[in-house]
Amino acid sequence: MFEALSILLYGLVQSAVLLLIALGFSVTFGISGIPNFAHGGIYILSGFACWYLLRKAHWPYPLAVAATVALAAAIGTLLYWLVIRPVRRLVLAEVLATFAVGVAFLELFRWMGLVTYEFHLPPVLSGSVTIGGVTMDRHRLVIVGAAAGLGMLLWWFGRATRTGLALRAMAQEEYTALAMGVHEDRMAAIGVALGSALAAVAAVLVLPLGIISINLGYDAILVALALTVTGGTERTAGLLLAALLLGMGTVLASMVLGPHWSEVIYLLAIVVVLAVRPSGILGRFKELEERV
Amino acid sequence: MREAGYRRERLDRGIKVRADDVFVLTSWRELLYLAGPRLAAMTVLLGFPLLRPWTGAYWQTVFLIVVAMMLLATSWAFLERVGLVSLGQSLFFGAGGYLTAIAAVYLHLPSFPAVLLGATAGAVVCAGLLTPVLRLRGVYFSLVTFALPLLFARIIEATKILGGTEGFAGVPGLGGLTLRQYLLVLALLVTVFGLQRLLDSDHGLLLRAIRDNDVGVRASGIPVGRWKFTALLVGALPATFAGGVLATHYHVVGMSAFSLEYSVLPLTAAVLGGSEMLAGAAVGAALLVPLSEVLRAFGTLRVVAYCAVLVVVLVGVPEGLFALARRRYHQFERWVPV
Repeated sequence: MFEALSILLYGLVQSAVLLLIALGFSVTFGISGIPNFAHGGIYILSGFACWYLLRKAHWPYPLAVAATVALAAAIGTLLYWLVIRPVRRLVLAEVLATFAVGVAFLELFRWMGLVTYEFHLPPVLSGSVTIGGVTMDRHRLVIVGAAAGLGMLLWWFGRATRTGLALRAMAQEEYTALAMGVHEDRMAAIGVALGSALAAVAAVLVLPLGIISINLGYDAILVALALTVTGGTERTAGLLLAALLLGMGTVLASMVLGPHWSEVIYLLAIVVVLAVRPSGILGRFKELEERV
Repeated sequence: MREAGYRRERLDRGIKVRADDVFVLTSWRELLYLAGPRLAAMTVLLGFPLLRPWTGAYWQTVFLIVVAMMLLATSWAFLERVGLVSLGQSLFFGAGGYLTAIAAVYLHLPSFPAVLLGATAGAVVCAGLLTPVLRLRGVYFSLVTFALPLLFARIIEATKILGGTEGFAGVPGLGGLTLRQYLLVLALLVTVFGLQRLLDSDHGLLLRAIRDNDVGVRASGIPVGRWKFTALLVGALPATFAGGVLATHYHVVGMSAFSLEYSVLPLTAAVLGGSEMLAGAAVGAALLVPLSEVLRAFGTLRVVAYCAVLVVVLVGVPEGLFALARRRYHQFERWVPV
């Protein structure tokens, strides 16, 4: 009973973690069709930026977080205009260019030697609580709350703001949206910036669970793709379901088989979903041939 | 840039037009025009190992690595032609290396059969692992090729099989350095010229069609999946072979065989040279690898440099340097009034 509750709770936290990491990538991919492989790089970059602002520049926590998110959004915008814009619609080149940017960030940090134990972000709330006999630190609960909150915020943003509506219009009916005066490049840039900002939010929330390590950036891109593939791009519910499935799956796998098997779960999920239901669990209208 | 009212006109050189056809047989000059660049490249590849007394062993080893990377880049360009964009050439490289080591150490094969078996088995294993995602295009295939080497490295690290982090030692050497060099050069020549011939044939047309419009090809009653699988098998072979030969060179194959460098370097090389022709990818590697050897002291900063080159070339010279040079060779340009 205790075991089951523990798996359930930690599985929930893991699901929230995965959702946070994947949200940015999924939003960009869903809106603009840009597979932003630099996602992992921006994620880790945000972690280090936040660390620097907190520990070296001694900014207050809320200010540092806000600055980090703004920085990531700025990088996303720059990334779009400088790198993605010239090769837009060439899927191969988009993948290669963003991949190169992401790897460049991560390997630059590796070269700079940012791999020691001092790189540790503070949790939002410290201390822990006990739920039904399972001890859990407050920060993990904050993660679950934040994931739910962000999901709802995005849902609201997509339906209640003009920008959100324009973005969704681009994703659903591109040519009609263009005819209605939606500016294509501006929307795509916003899509990349939004995705990058979400990566920064994920970094601030998820990275305090451990030390900031370079390889987390590669894991992040893997997680993002596994969730996006499993959930399908056009519905947030699909992403949520995928996060729950994979979160519970990885927690179970690491308890039963050992901690190194979670990546196998992601890959397995990608392969199985692609083989059985290529448009994702809840995907409907993006069939095989529409996929890039 | 010229003033408005002019446009740049690009025309084939006369000799190119004459050499295109059976009329190439009419003069030595035209024959040389066609064969010259190829012969020059072959002379450099075959001649460099003979310069050992002058270059020293170090640059000969660099040459071996250069040719191995040329193989990886060519393999990338071939796969790209079929629409299979690999972000993890190190998957093939590492699989070839590890399977060669297994064949040599566990099956007690002599080194040359071990390399052959390792390369073949590596290609088969990689193709088998990638089969489930072959159905889909682009990003998903790339993603899985990207993730698999990382995954293998983690598994080897975690379970400590195949030597764990220490590496799989005890691979017997394959002849001398010169023999290994010539093996790789031979493989490279066969790959570049042979696969280019394949690509220029009707089968190549089919492969290109699969990249450009696989639904259309499927509608023509051609089994796309089977062709992709075959192409993957063929395309993986040069890379696994390079991995196998380098394993016999170092006598050990470690987790570094799956490292990102072996994925990013061939990719950058192929984009730098231009992947429209297989030779372009090889030329790109020949330019990039010696450069990276000079920069060895900078560690992983080199990967950053490759990435920078990759982005700049993608945005600035999307066709690649080789295509640029090739066009200069075959065509001339002039400004004409509009």
